[in-house]
Amino acid sequence: MDAAMDLMRRISPKQSETALSALLSLLPHHSADLLSQVDQPLQVCMDEESMKEFILCEYNRDADSYRSPWTNKYYPPLEDGPLPSIELRKLEVEANEVFAVYLDQYYEGGVSSVYLWEDDNQGFVACFLIKKDGSKTGHGRRGYLQEGSWDAIHVIEVGPEEEGTARYCLTSTIMLSLTTENKPSGTFNLSGSIRRQWQRVICVTWGE
Amino acid sequence: MADGGDDADEAAAELTDKQKKEIAKWFLTNAPAGEINYVAKDIRSLLGNDRVYEAAAAEAFPIYNKSHLVALEMPDRSGDVIITPYGELDKCNYFDPRTMQVATVDHMKQVCTKVRAATDEELPSSYVEEFRIALDNELVKYVSETYPKGICAVYCTGGKHVEGPGADFGFAIIISAAKHSPQNFCNGSWRSSWSVDFKDDLQLVELKGKMQVGAHYFEEGNVQLDANNECKDSTIFQSPEDCAISITNMIRHRETEYMTSLEASYLNLPDTTFKDLRRKLPVTRTLFPWHSTFQFSLNRDLAKDLGIGK
Repeated sequence: MDAAMDLMRRISPKQSETALSALLSLLPHHSADLLSQVDQPLQVCMDEESMKEFILCEYNRDADSYRSPWTNKYYPPLEDGPLPSIELRKLEVEANEVFAVYLDQYYEGGVSSVYLWEDDNQGFVACFLIKKDGSKTGHGRRGYLQEGSWDAIHVIEVGPEEEGTARYCLTSTIMLSLTTENKPSGTFNLSGSIRRQWQRVICVTWGE
Repeated sequence: MADGGDDADEAAAELTDKQKKEIAKWFLTNAPAGEINYVAKDIRSLLGNDRVYEAAAAEAFPIYNKSHLVALEMPDRSGDVIITPYGELDKCNYFDPRTMQVATVDHMKQVCTKVRAATDEELPSSYVEEFRIALDNELVKYVSETYPKGICAVYCTGGKHVEGPGADFGFAIIISAAKHSPQNFCNGSWRSSWSVDFKDDLQLVELKGKMQVGAHYFEEGNVQLDANNECKDSTIFQSPEDCAISITNMIRHRETEYMTSLEASYLNLPDTTFKDLRRKLPVTRTLFPWHSTFQFSLNRDLAKDLGIGK
């Protein structure tokens, strides 16, 4: 697996999809690990009921259906898809609202989604996702980018520490790709992904 | 992902040696500048099959070496030979115009195993060579003052045996420079190639250039820059020395111009270009108030209802 991850860090990010599928066919026994550790650009889906798009990822998936954070329903519909607890769902709704405003302020377009679920250690995990297409044909307001995309995945694991405090572990992954064409004769393409982690222990005052 | 053991075995069995070789070859040829040996180590351990790896490497290394203009030191310490299609005599033999030698190379080990003097047939005529040497001398001066670890060469690509005025001939110029800092998790490379066509009837020298810049940063991530540019220029057909100076000046001018525009692109990145992806600060010019987003959501909802904005 180390060798596989090293390869993914060396091959051009523009070709990461091809690289990943090559690795998957070479190492079928490690497909679960590869899919969870290698970041791929996010996909979106339309929630037809609320007419809002939402982001697809492992954290809101069950079988081949995905749960929308806007209506808490699975698309395509699923009989017994797992749902967060009522408490957690309340938090999830609030988180989505706040994050949508954040998206608006900093990204001026794009799609955001937040998913929460209980984990096995009396805590919960929250995943904040953003997908923005900044190209001229997408949501790029100023027309600078021939092609541009920003995908952000922030996963926060919250677990209880000693009395009255909680430990927050954040893992952030940003995937970025941009291509500008300043002159007719040249192209400039910058793309890649970075992953960082932080940890903090904070008082349990309010659940944000 | 509940892949049953049987399914996984079937999938592994389905991948033929030929398919594995193709995959290995793809990884090797797509390795960034200066990194093929790291990629080779990884793919060799993933394959677990040395025979397949060797087959892939035998095909991939020459392609990689040519595309990255790899320079190999010649055994007699007379200089480096650059691996490029312009100097390729056959799969393992490459011509170095400066020392007028033909070097035999081992692509996979990236070493030069022996050299021999070039035959008269392999060399350009003395008329053409006069132009070539003058150009090479000027170029070496330019490259050594501009690129810390730059290498360059001038190959005759056409009209090799032209004896005197009255016919056309052409050169290819290769410039390559790289900076490898694997301990700092970053590598960068510059590759430029210029075709120089001496048009006798028009008494013109036409230049066409292609520049490629690459950079790779891989500490806890993988970010790569891939930028390229093409340009054209021309000058009058003069004496070998005057042509050399004029051509080199044009190259210097165009390459510097491109570097400057790249630097400008970088400077513009955070304040302008990037804004299409993400602003540094919201329009209010204050950091996002996580505790009080209500005022913003009110604005958003109002704007939507009234159909203002996007």
